[in-house]
This record gives sequence, structure tokens and C-alpha cells, in this order.
Amino acid sequence: SSHEHKLNFKKSKEACLSYIQDAMLQKQWRRAAEFLTFYVEALEKDYSREAIGPSEMIWRIGTEILCHHSRSSMKEFNCFMEQMKTLGVKRYLKVCLEHVFHLLCNGQIDEAYQNLSLAESWRFGEQTAIQDKEMKLIQAYRGLLDYYSWSKQKNILLEHGPDGFADLSVEQEMHSCFRKAAVNLKEIIKVPGVWDLFVKCYVDLLEFYGDHNEACQVLNEYAYNSKFPANPNAHVYLYQFLKRQGESKKSLISALKILHDIVPSHELMIDFNTMLQKSKKRKKRRLGLEVIFAVLDYAGWKENVKAWSCLARQVKQIVISEKHLDWIKQEWNSRKDWWPAFHFSRYLAKKNWQENKSLSYEKALVAGILLGKDCKYFKYVSHQGCKAQVKRFRVLKKFVNRHNPVYLRISG
Amino acid sequence: RDFNERCAQCSEVNWGLTDGGRYYCRSCHNVTERTREVVNTDFMTNSRVQTIAKGSRKQEKTGIDCEWYVCEGFQLVLKKQAEALEALGVCPQMKDEVLYNFWRCYLQKSKQAYCNRPAGETVKALSVCESSTDVDSEPERPSLLHLLSLSESEGDLQTDCSFASSMSKVSESTSIYSGSVDGSLYLMKNQKEKLRMTMPMTLSFCYMALLWLREPITLSELLRFVVEGHIPYLNVFQHFPEKMKLCGLDLKIFCVESWPVYEEVYNKMLELAAFLDLPRFPDITDSCFLHPDMLCIKYLMEANLPDELHNWTCRVVKKISIGEVDFLTLVPGNKSTRKVKYDILAAAVIVVVLKLLFLLDDHYECVETTFHVLHISFISSHHRMCLFYSGGLYFEFKKWYEVVKHSLDVEQKKLDEERAKYLWRCEKPLFYSVKNKSKVLKRRQIVANLQNQFGKLSGAVRRAEKPNPSSFQLSWSEENTDGSCFHGHSLKGILQEKCGLLTAMNPDYWLCTVKLCNEKLCGHLAHYREVDFPQSYHFVLRLFSFLLRIQPSYIHDEVCMIEHKLFNKKLYKKLKYNTVLRK
Repeated sequence: SSHEHKLNFKKSKEACLSYIQDAMLQKQWRRAAEFLTFYVEALEKDYSREAIGPSEMIWRIGTEILCHHSRSSMKEFNCFMEQMKTLGVKRYLKVCLEHVFHLLCNGQIDEAYQNLSLAESWRFGEQTAIQDKEMKLIQAYRGLLDYYSWSKQKNILLEHGPDGFADLSVEQEMHSCFRKAAVNLKEIIKVPGVWDLFVKCYVDLLEFYGDHNEACQVLNEYAYNSKFPANPNAHVYLYQFLKRQGESKKSLISALKILHDIVPSHELMIDFNTMLQKSKKRKKRRLGLEVIFAVLDYAGWKENVKAWSCLARQVKQIVISEKHLDWIKQEWNSRKDWWPAFHFSRYLAKKNWQENKSLSYEKALVAGILLGKDCKYFKYVSHQGCKAQVKRFRVLKKFVNRHNPVYLRISG
Repeated sequence: RDFNERCAQCSEVNWGLTDGGRYYCRSCHNVTERTREVVNTDFMTNSRVQTIAKGSRKQEKTGIDCEWYVCEGFQLVLKKQAEALEALGVCPQMKDEVLYNFWRCYLQKSKQAYCNRPAGETVKALSVCESSTDVDSEPERPSLLHLLSLSESEGDLQTDCSFASSMSKVSESTSIYSGSVDGSLYLMKNQKEKLRMTMPMTLSFCYMALLWLREPITLSELLRFVVEGHIPYLNVFQHFPEKMKLCGLDLKIFCVESWPVYEEVYNKMLELAAFLDLPRFPDITDSCFLHPDMLCIKYLMEANLPDELHNWTCRVVKKISIGEVDFLTLVPGNKSTRKVKYDILAAAVIVVVLKLLFLLDDHYECVETTFHVLHISFISSHHRMCLFYSGGLYFEFKKWYEVVKHSLDVEQKKLDEERAKYLWRCEKPLFYSVKNKSKVLKRRQIVANLQNQFGKLSGAVRRAEKPNPSSFQLSWSEENTDGSCFHGHSLKGILQEKCGLLTAMNPDYWLCTVKLCNEKLCGHLAHYREVDFPQSYHFVLRLFSFLLRIQPSYIHDEVCMIEHKLFNKKLYKKLKYNTVLRK
């Protein structure tokens, strides 16, 4: 007969573990700690066949409990982490990293730095090679903290100004921090991944020391290397850099192109549209229209005056020139079923008029062109505007009335 | 006992053996250093002995450790267990005579001692660097890994492998595989032939002795006391004297990491009794604690059931003759009779009685009986709303269920938590070998630190001592005014008189199973699945399962057995009738 129900060490510890997990899910930290004290003796038994052994369990559970328990302190936490480091060689660097994160979250920058330095000097036979990725991360974070020191020192120097007493030691230290930081930051951003913070810091360093070429190269790599995951921020950083460098509109526009593809609702799309509208190239202007329409597809932009004014300006310009009405028609085609309810309802007309006259003005213009002078939105707003004797609304009314046939051509 | 030297102190030749296997003079109690093995001169001629002798001489030089054999270790364990039982109230005879004699008999039969040639193979313990002079040796020496796998105790493969590999690097001889002299050989012995001693078997020994003396402790109680820590079992080796070093393979033999199961201990006991060629055990009569009539009283009380039910259990016992001396008394080696598990049997009788009276089909006991009871009370005490007859209450199954279920759930929950909180490691650390000693101690230190750290955070006071051993796990007091004690309740509500006999109003009965399985083939008489049976029935099984700390299926088996005996004629008739029809 099988003795599956036999209570043995393993089952007893499994049961203990499930009690711990229940307690944690219910945020009963005292109870979780209580059961953990009974679980820890599992360390004396080797579970190397299991996917997750007791030492890893204890590390993770212990960390959670110490983070949330009201009576635990950073001192206790540090003590715990030191013990965890001794428990598993294969996990050593990971534990170090997590410890560092916790220290940083608690503002203990110096301790974090010390831990990182210590971890960096760790060597353990073939484990060193196996844990190569973690080591890179450790170096990267140390680089980040070096940057942070550099930044502080830079600010000190700038405060004192060129005529203030230039503290040579501070300056030297600053340069040394730069060197340390640069080396490590450069290394980590070579690895495909998302390194926004590291990239920003590195570029900041490079710009300060005038190495714009390197900076440009780094940013281009980060944005365009297909091995790296698609990252909108990469393009933003590149754009911002190019802008700072005073690059041509052409390169600025090309930097934002992919961003439009990935995140059509990005705030930089306004700038993008503005640049595109002004372009002499027809294709670019066409793209601009596409961009601004796409932006307003998103609920977050519904009440943004700038966005509407961009659209209004461009639409108005097209209508006046009587060229490229088909562009509007194309953009409107996929939107005519839902934009009226989304943007131009009577309710919204009232709301916009009450809350933001400028918004209602811009929207009314667009509505008038796209939906004609008889649409709810335009009628309401223009009526209100004329009643209030605001000049531009009268102008608007005239304009839309004059160009009403356009609407017929668009909608047809 | 062929030791014929004269005593150094008193010149008498009157020798006895101490627990440690040394000769002592019965007249003046002078203990010698001579152990029984030394006496046998055949011993010396075996070439392999010399290898051992070398080893032991080395040990003697250090003067700290002594050489000890595995059976000595077990002897110590038994001694400790017997002392604990004595402390619980068992008569001293158990330790001094019964258990001791059983043990001696065992040693003799398994040729470990008290015989002419103490298993000459004992000498052939494993050595890494073999002397080349053994032509007559055994086929292949089993590898260390193979030995490790022979033991029943669960190890973990990695530790075993690392131990094995560390051992192979050593070039010493013998005794390094274990602290005991014959640890490695012990595991090699063919278990079936000579009934190799194991830790669970120590409990079989104890139970056998208790049964022989007809002490009022059932096997389930014994095992419960073991788990509760009143009887040494887990980590009992910490009571070994300092000189007896435990390491290596000894750990496989003496360290257990699981609680023994009723079936396991019971079956081993039967095997043991047969192996020792014991005669028929002392009679279990109706004045014995283990007699179903007596045990039923205890269990009825513990289950908070009316005392009146005892009449019924006695009736059932009598009807199917399970109270007969010949049925109850153990006759070792007799394979034809089904062996009696007294506690389970008594519990099953109660279950059957409950089925007889209350049907337990999730309907009758709740609805119908309440109706009967109400009916009676209306007739007898029409001016009162509650169910009183002169002086007492009528037993209502539903109320009983609610009260007992509540307590059971609470106790079960406590038990489950206790099990999860169980600490298996003891103060005395163990090492496979000197090599992994430092690692073990280091780990232990970390464990202690963590326990300390999180212990403070849990704010809980460490459980002081283990609770006092008690025979009753659930207790119900008549003095409770909340009416939660049902002992004094009357069954009048569900009984009726017919031809001068009290019978149940319930006319029906459902059999747990129509056909019994062949126990020898599939291990059980029936196969219990909770979903196949009414909830009330399951609850009753669960209650006794908790009290006896066994799986419900074992009680279910006994219930089936009793039912088949009880309704034997009807079943037989039915079978006969069927065959007639077919014709």
C-alpha cells in the first residue's frame, strides 16, 4: 500500500511554505515571519533537484517580509542580505544587485556604492564567467553612481562660477568620476536592451566634454540598431540631442519619423507637425496632416488647444489654397464614422464653449470644414460666439459659410 | 554465554551482559571491558578482522570514541522508548522483562548476538583499499552509492553523491563509512531474510510488548505520542553517549525524516512476532482495555456521543462475535485469520451503529430523526417547546454534527498548523563525514540567525513545552451550560419497542460495498472515495480519522468488514437467490 499521505520532512516544509504564502498574500507579515522561522531549517537539507530551492525561497520571502513589516529596519535588512549572499554562490551577484536597489530606494547612496564596489571585485572560479551579465549590471550601476557624483561636483563648480575659487581637487575628482562613469556606461549600452537612464547620463557626459560625435553615434545606435528592442525614448533622446546641436530640420524630421510610427500620440508630434507643415516638400506636408490627425485620434489630446490649432491651421490653409483637398478627404474617410461623436457632439460643444473658448474656436473651424456649417458643433459654437460678439467667431462663421462647398466635396 | 574467566574482583564466574554488550560480574557488579565479540575465537582467524583491528586501535589511541555496533544503537533507542513509556504509566515490566526479552530473542534469531557465530560477515565491513588475500570473498563489493540507496530513509541524491565521491578519495580503511563498526554491512544485509532492524521497527517492538502486557495504549495512541514528542523517535540519537559517534551511513540507519504510518508499524509487528516464533499472546478478554466494548466507551466519550449508544455497540460486537477471545487474541504466524486492529475496529463498530440508527444518508439523520424527536417530545411534554423528557435531552444528530464539526475543524486546523511548524532538526548536528562538518555547522549557524531574526519579527512567544500527554484529544463537559455535551442525551427519540426489544426506527441500511476486495491482492477491502459517499458518513469517518490519526479509508475497510459479517445471511441469501434465478 502506498504511503503517499505519510508526513515527512519534505511535505512538512511544503505545507509550511504554503502557510507563508497565504500569509503574505493577505499581508499578514507577522504570521508570515512566524512560519518562516519554522521553514528555515530546510536550508540544512539539499534540494538541488528542485527548480527553486529553500535558499532562494528564503531570500525572496525574507526580503518581502522585511520590506513590509512595520518593525523591520534597514539595519536588519542589511544583515539579512549579507547572510543571503553567503547562501548561494550561483546567485551571489543577483542578491548583491537587489540589495543595492533597496539601498538606493532608501536613499543610502554611499552604502549602495560600497556594495557595488565590493561586488565588482568578486571572483569565484567559473561562476564569474557564468554571472557575466549580472557583473555588467553591477558595473553599469556603479557607473551611474559615478555619474551622479560627477554631476554633484559639476554643480558645485558651476555655482562658484569662473571667478569663484576653483577648487582643484573637486575638479580633479569630477574628471575622475567622469572617466569611471564613462567606461562603465559605455559598456552596458552596447548590450541590446533598454538603458534609457544610462544613455541619457552618458550622453550628458559626452556633451559636457564636447564629444558630440560620440554622443551622436551612441544615440543613433540606440535608436536604430535593430538588435535593440523598439524604444520610443531612444528616438526622443536623439531628437532632443539634434535639436540642442542645432541640426537641420531635415535631420530633426527624420529623427521623429519612427517615433510617429511607434507612438502616434506622443507629445512631440506637435513639434513634428509644425515642422512638417512648414516644409516646402509636398510629401512632408502630407505627412504632417497625417500626423496631426493621428494625434487627435487619442482621447488624451481631445482637449488640447495646441493640437487643434495645428490641425485647424493646416486644414484652413489647404482649403484656402484649394489644392490637395483630397488629402483631407483621405484622412477623413476613416474617421467620418466616429469623429463626430468623439469630438463634435452637442454636449462637447457646450462643454468646450463653457470651459475653453479657444478650444471651441479651433474645433469649430475644423468641424465646420469637415462637417459643414450645419453640423451641431459648429452651429452651437458659432452662434454662441456671435452672440457674445467675439470678433473671431464672426470671422469664423463667414469663413465656413464661404467655403461650405468644400465640405460637400470632402464628404462625397 | 561462554565467557568462563574468573572475575578480577571477586573471582566468581557469574557473568551478565550490560546494555552496552559488556560483561559484568553479577556478584560484585564489576564491569569489564570485554565485549561478547572478543570471546569468539573464530573471529580472530578471519583475515579481514585484522583490518578492523587496525582501525579500532587507531580509534582507541584517540581515546574518545568507542566502537559500537548498529544493534547496540537500536538497543539504546528501545531503552529510551521504554523509559518514556514507563514515565507515561506503563508498568516497569515492559522495559525490564518483556521488551528486553523480545529484543534478545530478536538478536539471537537474526544472529547478531547471543549465538555461537555472531554473523561472521559482520567482520567484512567495507574497506577502500582491499587486501589482496581474499579469494573466498563475496562477488562484487557493492558500491557506496548502492548501499545508500538500500536504506529506506529518504536522502537527497546530491548529498549522497557528494558523500560517496568524497569517500572514494580517502585511502583509509574500514570504519570511515560509518561511525558504527558495521554500518555499511548493515545496509547490505538482505532485509527479507533476517528482518533487518529499522527505526519504525522500534515502534513495532514497543507495540508488541505493550500488546503482550495488554497495556491500555492502542497503536494509534502510541504513534500519536511519538509525534507529540512524548516518546523518543525523531532525533533519538542525540541521547547516545558522546563516545558513540554517528556519521556516514549511520545517518541512513538512525535518522528518520518521516513519521511512521500505522499500517507500516502494525504489519512489521506481525512479521516480527512470527519471526521470533512467539506463542499465542495473552488473551484479550472483555475486561481488557483493548476489547471493543471497552474501547467503544472511550471513543463514544471522545466523540461526544450518548452513553446509550454503548448498548448498541455491545450488541453489534456480540452479534458478529468480534468480542470473542479467540478472535481478538494475536496468534503470530497464523496467516488464515485476519489480524485485529483494536482501535480501528472499535471506531468502525461505532460507525456501523450510527448507520444503523441514523442511516447517514444525508437525509434521514437530519430530517427524519428530528421529526421523530419532535413527535416524541410533543407527546411527552406538550407544554414545553424544548425537547425534554423527564430530566434529559433527546439526542439530535444535526445538533451533534454542528457542535462536533465546529470543534473538529478547530482542532484539525491547529493540527495542520502544527504539522507545518514541525521542527525536524535537533540540537546535535550530524555530518556525513568530517569533510562536510564545517559546511553543516556553517549552515546551522545561518539557520539559527534567521530563526532569531524572524522570530523577533513574528513577535510570537516560542511554544514553551510540548503539551502534557493526554489520552483524550477532545473533551466535553456535562457541566457546560451551553448544551455542547451530548453524553447524557437519550436515544429515545429514534428508538421503538418491538416484541420487548428496543430497535431502531430506521428500517433501512446501506452497505458501503456489496463485494469485498481481496485484501491480499489490492491491500484494501474496499476503496474509499469521499465523493461516492454521503457527507454525514464522510464526517463520521473524518472524526475518527482525526482521533486515530489514520486515513479514513482504513476505518472504511473495517466498516465494510463488520457490515459483511453483520448482514452475512442476507447477502448469502441474495447470492443464492440470484443463482436460482439464473437457472
